[in-house]
Amino acid sequence: MLEYQRILAVITSGLKARTKGRFEINENTDLANQLNLDSIQAMELLLDVEDQLDVSIPVSVLSNVKTVKELVLAILNITRGEE
Amino acid sequence: MSIFSKLKGMAAIRGELNELGIDPFDIKIDKIITPTEGIVQGRHTILAGTNNYLGLTFDRQCIEETHKALEHEGTGTTGSRMANGSYSGHRKLEEELAAFYGKKEGIVFSTGYLANLGMLSTLAGPDDTVLLDTDCHASIYDGLRLGGAKAVRFRHNNIENLVKRMERLGEKAKETLIVVEGLYSMLGDRALLKEIVEVKKEYGGYLMVDEAHSLGVMGDRGCGLAEELNLLDDIDFIIGTFSKSLGGTGGFCVSDHPEMELIRYSSRPYVFTASPAPATIAATRQALKALEAGTHLRKRLKENSERLHNGLSDLGFTLAAPASPVIAVVFNGKMEALQFWNDLMHLGIYVNLMFPPATPKGLYLIRCSVSAAHTTEQIDTIINAFAELQLGLTNSAVVHGN
Repeated sequence: MLEYQRILAVITSGLKARTKGRFEINENTDLANQLNLDSIQAMELLLDVEDQLDVSIPVSVLSNVKTVKELVLAILNITRGEE
Repeated sequence: MSIFSKLKGMAAIRGELNELGIDPFDIKIDKIITPTEGIVQGRHTILAGTNNYLGLTFDRQCIEETHKALEHEGTGTTGSRMANGSYSGHRKLEEELAAFYGKKEGIVFSTGYLANLGMLSTLAGPDDTVLLDTDCHASIYDGLRLGGAKAVRFRHNNIENLVKRMERLGEKAKETLIVVEGLYSMLGDRALLKEIVEVKKEYGGYLMVDEAHSLGVMGDRGCGLAEELNLLDDIDFIIGTFSKSLGGTGGFCVSDHPEMELIRYSSRPYVFTASPAPATIAATRQALKALEAGTHLRKRLKENSERLHNGLSDLGFTLAAPASPVIAVVFNGKMEALQFWNDLMHLGIYVNLMFPPATPKGLYLIRCSVSAAHTTEQIDTIINAFAELQLGLTNSAVVHGN
């Protein structure tokens, strides 16, 4: 089972790379409003996360999440559903 | 906060363009002269950004059929395909499209966008996983969203990436739908369709190919990439549009699956919109005949595409893909692409400017679309304009080699 902390680490490092380290990123960071992450960038982030966690993530996961924490929880849910 | 707050990003983009006085997204063609010429911004302009691949918009016979339909069937159907909006021409066109592809069933939709919306939202619901290439058109994404499908992307033309996702699905791979395009509209590159068909054969599932930009362009009879690679029998659903090589508006899907008739009645974008006007259907039926017989047009299109591709490549421009009627030139950034596009306009060349998020990989592109109707002189004029403006780009990574 993929743990919360592991997913969080992958997402945080993916976000840091995509925003070129310009922002402090924690669980409460708002993806769109604080990081200016647009829909395409968010989908690109998902591809990286999918590769690293070896799991398929539907793009719809992005429509109901605002913060890093919500994204981690949504992905955790998906990985649990698959196992 | 107001209901309009979400538009502030767009407001910023519009504001920036207004300030620059360059607006590629608000071009008005004052007068259209031929499939490849018009008056734009008061200038006689070569049109090289119109998707008019075979140049059929002024085809004499298509225009005559349009006139006849207009006289005999009126200006519009005023209704849905499912109510009063199916005339004999609509059904005949569906049969002709199915026969053209050697498939049993065909459905005509009111636009190409609606064809993807209509098919995908009906085929794939919340319990279905659909694997789509990242570079698929917005209408494919939107169709999957409308149906509530689990849309999982695989990296563009990355077969290993696709296989990984099929493997993760396990037994469910047999029920999944893979969606790709024949010719990708942004970069002008082709799907690795043979390899994708192999994946489908190994893992099961269904395959949909959107041939919007390859219809009329590829294959001996112009069916598209699947015909060129002799894979028509391996494709479950072929999507296409009337608004590119066929010179009209509308879209379609053809398939051998007998459930097509049920999809028709279940598809909200089919049911809840007005059907195409009879004149559009008549023009499209005639254009399909011209397209199928248009081996000479495809030859001419290929020559034109290669001439422009070679010309730009020889100048040292970075091109996104091998020669096809979609030739995307990669620029270094927004300002450089905007300025170059604007300078081309001043030299009387209209092409498309493409920005993220519409483009993959955050690329800034100037996209030329080539037509069989372009003369050799027009192609050379385009190349010369790029050459002239290249001088202003001497410090740019765009230019390397000269």
